[in-house]
Amino acid sequence: MRLDEYISKDIAWCPGCGNFGIRTALMKALEELNVDPRKVVIVSGIGQAAKMPQYVGVHMFNGLHGRALPVATAIKTANPNLLVIAESGDGCMYGEGGNHFIHTIRRNPDIVNIVHDNQVYGLTKGQASPTSLKGFRTPVQVDGVILEPFNPIAVAIALDASFVARTFIGDVEFTKEILKEAMKHKGYALVDILQPCVTFNKLNTYEWYRENTYYLKDHDPTDRELAFKRAIETEKLPLGIFYINKNKETFEELSRKGDKTPLYEYKVNFEKLKELIESKKS
Amino acid sequence: MKDVSIVLSGEAGQGIQTVEHVLTRILKNSGFHVFATKEYMSRVRGGNNTTEIRVSSERVRAFVDRIDILVPLGKGATERLKKRITEKTLIVGEGEFIGEEKGEKIVVPFLEIAKQVGNRIYANSVAIGFLSGLLGAERSAIEEQITRQFREKGENVVRDNIRAAMEGYRRGQEFSEKVGFDVEKDPSIKDEVLLNGAEAVGLGAIAGGCNFVSSYPMSPSTSVLVFLALHKNDFGIVVEQAEDEISAMNMIVGAWYAGARGLVTTSGGGFALMEEALSLAGMIESPAVIHLAQRPGPATGLPTRTEQADLNLALYAGHGEFPRVIYAPGNIEEAFYLTQRAFNMADRYQVPVFILTDQYLVDSFYNLPGFNLNELKVEKYTVKTSKDYIRYAINEDGISPRGVPGYGEGLVRVDSDEHDEFGHITEDFDIRVRMVDKRLRKGETLKKDTIKPKLIGDENYRVLLVAWGSTLEPIKEAIEGMSGVALLHFSQVWPIDDSVVEHLERAEKVVAIEGNATGQFANLIRQVTGFHIKDRILKYSGLQFSVEELKKKILEVM
Repeated sequence: MRLDEYISKDIAWCPGCGNFGIRTALMKALEELNVDPRKVVIVSGIGQAAKMPQYVGVHMFNGLHGRALPVATAIKTANPNLLVIAESGDGCMYGEGGNHFIHTIRRNPDIVNIVHDNQVYGLTKGQASPTSLKGFRTPVQVDGVILEPFNPIAVAIALDASFVARTFIGDVEFTKEILKEAMKHKGYALVDILQPCVTFNKLNTYEWYRENTYYLKDHDPTDRELAFKRAIETEKLPLGIFYINKNKETFEELSRKGDKTPLYEYKVNFEKLKELIESKKS
Repeated sequence: MKDVSIVLSGEAGQGIQTVEHVLTRILKNSGFHVFATKEYMSRVRGGNNTTEIRVSSERVRAFVDRIDILVPLGKGATERLKKRITEKTLIVGEGEFIGEEKGEKIVVPFLEIAKQVGNRIYANSVAIGFLSGLLGAERSAIEEQITRQFREKGENVVRDNIRAAMEGYRRGQEFSEKVGFDVEKDPSIKDEVLLNGAEAVGLGAIAGGCNFVSSYPMSPSTSVLVFLALHKNDFGIVVEQAEDEISAMNMIVGAWYAGARGLVTTSGGGFALMEEALSLAGMIESPAVIHLAQRPGPATGLPTRTEQADLNLALYAGHGEFPRVIYAPGNIEEAFYLTQRAFNMADRYQVPVFILTDQYLVDSFYNLPGFNLNELKVEKYTVKTSKDYIRYAINEDGISPRGVPGYGEGLVRVDSDEHDEFGHITEDFDIRVRMVDKRLRKGETLKKDTIKPKLIGDENYRVLLVAWGSTLEPIKEAIEGMSGVALLHFSQVWPIDDSVVEHLERAEKVVAIEGNATGQFANLIRQVTGFHIKDRILKYSGLQFSVEELKKKILEVM
């Protein structure tokens, strides 16, 4: 089975959209890690980014706006043998799903969380997103965005997320390598991918991202304080793996005490149930 | 008197629940039938809470207004009970708490006795002992139960509490002849179990193969979450307290997708937040089991009281049109069997299945012989997928074979957008129509598994009472011995079995009895059958109907 089989052929993204590059990086990462597509589930929310699983031949759960993370957590817990990827845009993951973002990091399920961060709402035609820059004008934010942007990297590190990275899709190869690291990492892995929205965001273009980002070099990702310092830089946005904490147990390990048997194989212990009912005699 | 109704009244935090727990078990293990129900305030300390315990020679399962013995455990504890206290009520307790109520009074200085034994905190054990003595419970049952209750606190605490209880017992016995209660014992009752509705739902879930629970705590549904958490390690159940109800419901939908059997337990306000993901379950044709323990609304309402006003919520929740099943257990046995069944039905038909209980049912308990586990089966309907597996294959009964990721060669692709047979997003109008039709056809198919309503009482009825859910037992007791009256009780309220029409048409008069202000179920019956039930006995104060109240109102409408 191949990753480009069994998918929807009619791709709904605009020509030039960063989503295409993310799709390439994602599929290449899976291929290079030699992952069986039948072991991969992509869970998404709603929005243009959330259409990703439509165009990759793996298991797909295209759910509700903002709700990919609880679903992904549950899937991973119900069957820890699956590679679970939760993928959606910045509005979905950080806006509508902000509460789940925080609590998923706290739970630390072994999932990869890919966020297409284009700093705008595309599918609803160009309103501000939580990561839009201050002053960004839209049909709704007519005087320009008045709020400070949400900083997912800093929030994730503050919550001691076990893997935090940022990439820019202008560099597909780099993004692919980071995605591979995220997939190999045990625990919750955030990959915030900066991508232009060629239709609705005329501010954060490919060029803008090139000029306003730089690659982290000689960075020790196990140093949380350092990671946080890099995370709050806004002059130029660092790209790379900010932070890794390998010493965290995953949600599925903790909630199932290490049992990896898929829950579809579960059998009720009726003997124990009988004992439990009997215990209600006194 | 063969049936004694005891009411304990006091502040939250005073240990009424401990007294209820220990005393009911002592009485049951002494060979008495017991029933207990409580009503309490939404606060951690103070206020005024009451517990009613009925002790009887025969099975007893309903709430009565009558108070034979009142035990006020604090100042002002009789205040809210004034209407229910009569000349016949025996009021037992501290002189200062008994107050100026009418009724026969017995001053028992629980605190003083406790202090003499060693510590005022043993006062509740003195009360337990006193009531046990008054009713003629077994000494051995008291010792056993008190030991069980205080075991973890050490030998001394156990010993002192037993001494306190025995001192109370001695005093209770002194009065017993004078009072003359005559509840007969049946030793075989000792072998029965004592359960509340929440435990029955929890046990039913386990028996139904539930292995994934995520919820956000909300009265009165939390006790099911607590019960399953308590036993999760014995049964390998994943239990997660989610950040909110939105997450909880999405989690169980995700869990079912991956092959688990998920449950949420919530109340109306919590379920309001779950509606979004209920709609998701409808669209992606995911099974889901929802325990919704009703309490009065709207909004926060009366957080700890009872009502049957969320039928419409369960019935219409979620945008769009999709099938669902709603069970409304009438008693503890039904709570167990219907919850068990809910998981099989959800799996079979790939629809959300509700268990609609209420505070009265989840918080009430009585003794029962147990459950027949031999006939229970965890029916699994997921298929091993082949390479060319199609998730939403269109077929005659509307039920497409459901695969799970990782089991078989195929890919399982589901989409909250309207989708084609492969699960892919589509905006094709023809496919849209075919998919809606398929989902609704499934709703028709599942009707063959509808539980018929039960007819209870005079088969040659003139007056037919129509009720659903937890009013079952109070109505049953209210119409005992009445001729010309029968109860048609629904433990499945959606879909409604077609047989309802013939029952309704046979009656001269049909009366709906519901714990809500508008008669939601009666309205639903009219919508489905065209039969208009004009006469309605409705209660929405936050309390369950009492047997006396029902008897009076039923006689009035006859």
